[in-house]
Amino acid sequence: MKRLIFILPIIAFAGLAVFLGLGLTKDPKELPSQLIDRPLPEFALPGIADTPETQPELAGFASASFKGEPRLLNIWASWCAACPQEHPVLERIAAEGFPVYGIAWKDKPEDSRRWLARYGNPYAGVAADEQGRTAIDLGVTGVPETFIIDKKGRVRFKQIGPISPEVWEGQIRPLMQQLRAEA
Amino acid sequence: MRRLVLALTLLAASPAAAVLPDEMLKDPAQEHRARAISKDLRCVVCQNQSIDDSDAPLARDLRLLVREQIAQGKSDAEVRDYVVERYGNFVLLKPPVEGDTLLLWAGPFAVLLLGAAGLVLWRRKVPAATPDAAPLTDAERAELDRLAGPRN
Repeated sequence: MKRLIFILPIIAFAGLAVFLGLGLTKDPKELPSQLIDRPLPEFALPGIADTPETQPELAGFASASFKGEPRLLNIWASWCAACPQEHPVLERIAAEGFPVYGIAWKDKPEDSRRWLARYGNPYAGVAADEQGRTAIDLGVTGVPETFIIDKKGRVRFKQIGPISPEVWEGQIRPLMQQLRAEA
Repeated sequence: MRRLVLALTLLAASPAAAVLPDEMLKDPAQEHRARAISKDLRCVVCQNQSIDDSDAPLARDLRLLVREQIAQGKSDAEVRDYVVERYGNFVLLKPPVEGDTLLLWAGPFAVLLLGAAGLVLWRRKVPAATPDAAPLTDAERAELDRLAGPRN
């Protein structure tokens, strides 16, 4: 009994150390999304095209169009350092037949256009959120971030930071296939 | 004298907030409310600063949003809820007491109570551990007297 009194603080300390140690392995930048299983917030954003007639994919889009089939909604910017790193993965996702939509966050349309001209356009639709208001409605904390939207227009998953090939193959592609199979 | 004036002037300088003049509301009372709300909202980019302190572009966007909501006539609680709805309780620098924050709020008091309980148990046990001293027998008394030697 007497020995227990001396051992107890050590056990308590070990417990606390494990608890705090686990906390250190988590990235505090990864805020859990408030939108999971909720409908995509409403927005209607202009495009980035200088000639929208000939570039319908750059003419902007609205939240209402996110229905019928599962899609990816990628938040990016021409000033974003990690976006070129994610770009080949987005091209691959598009090539595999999954539609990717892009919102250029706090970016000038001409800069977004120049970026797409330089790297290539993986997006089925591009819209501009110059004021960043839609991004706040989406709970965006930085770029890139990607939302997975199901057939009914609900947010099902949020990727913070670039999608790596491993994340695509291990997490997001299986989810997209599952969402396609859903009624 | 000049040094004293300089020192006093420096003392009077207040720490700079990130709020720029073009963001401020015209009504001082509304601006005051906006500042108070902003001080309680965490900047999600530089996480240990409030949006009132942070120079991050997203913090500026949120400051403008807070002011816009106030100008629309929303109450302080409604403005806070608006931001929490988008970013979660994490944006509140003072999180509310809820199921998952119970440990955070009650933890220190629980540890204090545990310590107090431990102390009480400890104090109660120590005197009980010493056996009651039986009075000395006549033989023991005689032996003591012999050891102490003759008293003068």
